[in-house]
Amino acid sequence: MVRVAIWGSLRAATGGRAEVEVEANNLRELLDRLAEAYPGIRPQIDRGISVSIDGLVYNDSWFTPIRPDSEVVLLPRIVGG
Amino acid sequence: MTQIHVSTKINGDAVEFLCEAQETLLDVLRDRLDLTGAKEGCSTGDCGACSVTVDGRLVCSCLMLGAEAEGREIATIEGMAAGEVLHPLQQKFLEHAALQCGICTPGILVAAEALLEKNPDPTETEVRYWLAGNLCRCTGYDKIVRAVMDAAEQMRGA
Amino acid sequence: MALDDKPELEVRVFKIVGSRPIRPDGIDKVTGRARFGADMSAPGMLVGLVLRSPHAHARIRGIDTAKAEALPGVKAVVTSADFGEVSDDLRDILHNVMAHDKALYDGHAVAAVAASSASVAKRALALIEVDYEVLPHVTDVDEAMKLDAPVLHEGRSDETVPAGMSANIMHRFEYGHGDVEAGFAAADEVLERSFKTAATHQGYIEPHACLASMGPDGQADLWCCTQGHYMVRNTCAGLLGLDASQLKVTASEIGGGFGGKTTVFLEPVALALARKAGRPVKMVMSRDEVFRATGPTSSTSIDIKIGMKRDGTITAGWADLRYQGGAFQSSPVQFGAMACFAAYDLANVQAIGWDVVANRPKAAAYRAPGAPMGTYAVESVVDELCEKLGLDRLEVRLKNASRDGTKAAYGPRFGRIGLTATLEAAKAHPHYTAPLGPNQGRGVACGFWFNFGGDTCVSMSINNDGTVSLSEGNPDIGGSRAAMTMMAAEELGIPYERVRTTIADTSALGQNEVTDGSRVTFAVGLATIKAAREAITIMCGRAAKIWGIDEDAVFWEDGHAKPAGPNAGKFPPMSLAEIAAVASNTGGPIAGHHEVNAEGAGVSFATHLVDAEVDPETGAVKILRYTVFQDAGKAVHPAYVEGQFQGGAVQGIGWALNEEYIYGPDGRLQNPGFLDYRIPVASDLPMIDTVIIEVPNPGHPYGVRGVGETSIVPPLAAVANAVSAAAGVRLTELPMSPPKVLEAIDAAGD
Repeated sequence: MVRVAIWGSLRAATGGRAEVEVEANNLRELLDRLAEAYPGIRPQIDRGISVSIDGLVYNDSWFTPIRPDSEVVLLPRIVGG
Repeated sequence: MTQIHVSTKINGDAVEFLCEAQETLLDVLRDRLDLTGAKEGCSTGDCGACSVTVDGRLVCSCLMLGAEAEGREIATIEGMAAGEVLHPLQQKFLEHAALQCGICTPGILVAAEALLEKNPDPTETEVRYWLAGNLCRCTGYDKIVRAVMDAAEQMRGA
Repeated sequence: MALDDKPELEVRVFKIVGSRPIRPDGIDKVTGRARFGADMSAPGMLVGLVLRSPHAHARIRGIDTAKAEALPGVKAVVTSADFGEVSDDLRDILHNVMAHDKALYDGHAVAAVAASSASVAKRALALIEVDYEVLPHVTDVDEAMKLDAPVLHEGRSDETVPAGMSANIMHRFEYGHGDVEAGFAAADEVLERSFKTAATHQGYIEPHACLASMGPDGQADLWCCTQGHYMVRNTCAGLLGLDASQLKVTASEIGGGFGGKTTVFLEPVALALARKAGRPVKMVMSRDEVFRATGPTSSTSIDIKIGMKRDGTITAGWADLRYQGGAFQSSPVQFGAMACFAAYDLANVQAIGWDVVANRPKAAAYRAPGAPMGTYAVESVVDELCEKLGLDRLEVRLKNASRDGTKAAYGPRFGRIGLTATLEAAKAHPHYTAPLGPNQGRGVACGFWFNFGGDTCVSMSINNDGTVSLSEGNPDIGGSRAAMTMMAAEELGIPYERVRTTIADTSALGQNEVTDGSRVTFAVGLATIKAAREAITIMCGRAAKIWGIDEDAVFWEDGHAKPAGPNAGKFPPMSLAEIAAVASNTGGPIAGHHEVNAEGAGVSFATHLVDAEVDPETGAVKILRYTVFQDAGKAVHPAYVEGQFQGGAVQGIGWALNEEYIYGPDGRLQNPGFLDYRIPVASDLPMIDTVIIEVPNPGHPYGVRGVGETSIVPPLAAVANAVSAAAGVRLTELPMSPPKVLEAIDAAGD
């Protein structure tokens, strides 16, 4: 099980929880399982999510491995200028 | 619309062209003569990207009509180097990394050359005030000023 | 794949990386030979011009283009009717480049013509009849959030926005951790302040320009100035119903972008005109159009509350940030909310962001989007708390600074970061203790920006004569070709002059993410290094074949393949040029390439110090001294790193002191030109001193961090803190133009 930190305005979809647990070995599985378990998160996932895994930010790299002890934080999709 | 026939000199070469009355010198240089070194940044004389000299005087070519070039001597960025030999200002700009995107560079070089013609030993303040009419958004002007001062020093020594 | 093959960052003595060679595209730029967006032409070319709404908000009841179409010399007229249905994610972009049923801001494109000359095109625009039903408008962010505000789009607020709020609120963002109320209760001093910042424009000197052509078979070519020609291709293909392979986009040299050229404005319109006219169409924006109808950044209204103990510990931070992103959901409020407290290690933090629409042009990215404004507000309150408690500004920041392993205010734990290194450097610098005179003040601020990687493709050919051609897909906005050339030469062990880097068009390489997010030196550099290593592997293989030994028995050093182990010394080393000369004989042409979605970019922190002087009679501000301390990880070409530091700082100075979008009561932009939209000029500024800090980023083979954006994040706050100190009164609105400074001084004097 991987612990995932959920930001404030997404917690409405997780029953107020700042941290949830899902079974996932990689980024794609993580997002799929989160959307299954918490359907209220799906609109944000569709809008764009970046995922921080152990401090590094990933966009869309489905097969990025996630270990059970990884620190995983959801972030809005980050864009630069 | 009848076009006006103009005879002028550009970078030392005799040039003839046709233009409409309302066309600016900048329009003519870029669209009729393929001299695209002068740039249009604002068309209201505020940014200096279109700087050329007319009879030795620094001018925004967007503020002058093409027809007004009749009988005059225009100098543009394309005439600054002597063939393969760069002008010291051009060389110093490269050495000091005084350009990033490069869009303001032709105008600034023409303006800087005009300054050094007039005042071969300017202070930093004099350089900054002379170049106040040339906007640069990338560099913050620091390396540009250093390059101009360094070129001036080299030209004084030569 | 971010991490290098080697488990640890290599301790390496660089031969070329870190030096200052002349950039490869430099000569073209100092001689006027370089071709920018408006410098291209094509046979039979038409001139395209856009008709723009003079109303801030109006329903478009009908557009009659008959008279314009009948004018001799006019070859095509387009409106939104010429664009088909597009997917949801493209809808806002399409309706921004060509108004659909409503004009939503002064300058919104409603129609376009292509004609044989500019004067005919101008006359044609005047012949287009648009039936507008003028509607009430709103341009201020707080006004737009009120329930009685004119509504731009019904029913687009997403699930994050509480019921019963204005339909102009598109999204509500919140993050944080801990318990801010408990934090405030534990503080000795709690300050709550409100701030406003005006909208500003990236201010690139080159207006948008493009040249489009399309044949009857649907094959199209587009030349444009852009930060991302692959993005342009994909977006235009989507908007015009083309396949990506049918549209070839070539990026011209670009005269500045800063984020403002990471989207499309003219390009789809030019293509639509070219398709209809059957001839190439060139479109160039005027400066007026650039200001009115491209993508400035948000104006903002921000509330901050921070609690601090007497010893300088920050016990809680809270922010409510309201950003308007123009007529379509576009504001960077989320990043503002995430970045504004990032420099601080906080146990209790909460930031709320509101993404609001208003009758202004659709916002585009502007260098660290959203971060400068939020940082200005937070750093101003920290500054005031330091003043109140009699604490040193740098000491307080060091005390609370984010460090390696800190849980960032926005969630993840930081890896190796360089914030404290920048603070220590500032503390040790003579600028920090230089004496100040009357009416002078010193300001300090820290700033942060994420970096990221993204899709990147690089192809490296080893030419028969031993020179190298490097092909990459990211328009060069800051001198990146020099950096790529340096990294390639470094890896290959050959002189810098033997490598030439070109920006390829979209037909030559796979997808490349736009030049943004401070990503190019990191991501394209990483791909370049890997492509070089692939080429090296191949060349070692060729040498092995020639020598008749095992591939494993060959290594690369100083630009040569050398036999190793038992074969060492048996064969003279083969140079890259020697191997290249016999490439055809040994298996064929030699190339290395790398395609990756680069991840694992580091973050970049900075501390800025500024001294300012205020004239108490006029309110005018003079910047006396400015020093930037920023972590670059590894500065590949130090002069271009310094250039990024300086350029970002000066944009920030302009934003702090003079730049603003001024709308009249009629909702029209009053200052769409460089005379009245006042960016810094050479005489406004001193030299901008720079100190490059290098705390290597473990995710890049050389330790590179992106630097392009962080440098604009601290200056708004640093300058505001300096001006507030110099004027003796806290300024809470930007820009701090002379009338505003004077007003604040006078108000405080009463």
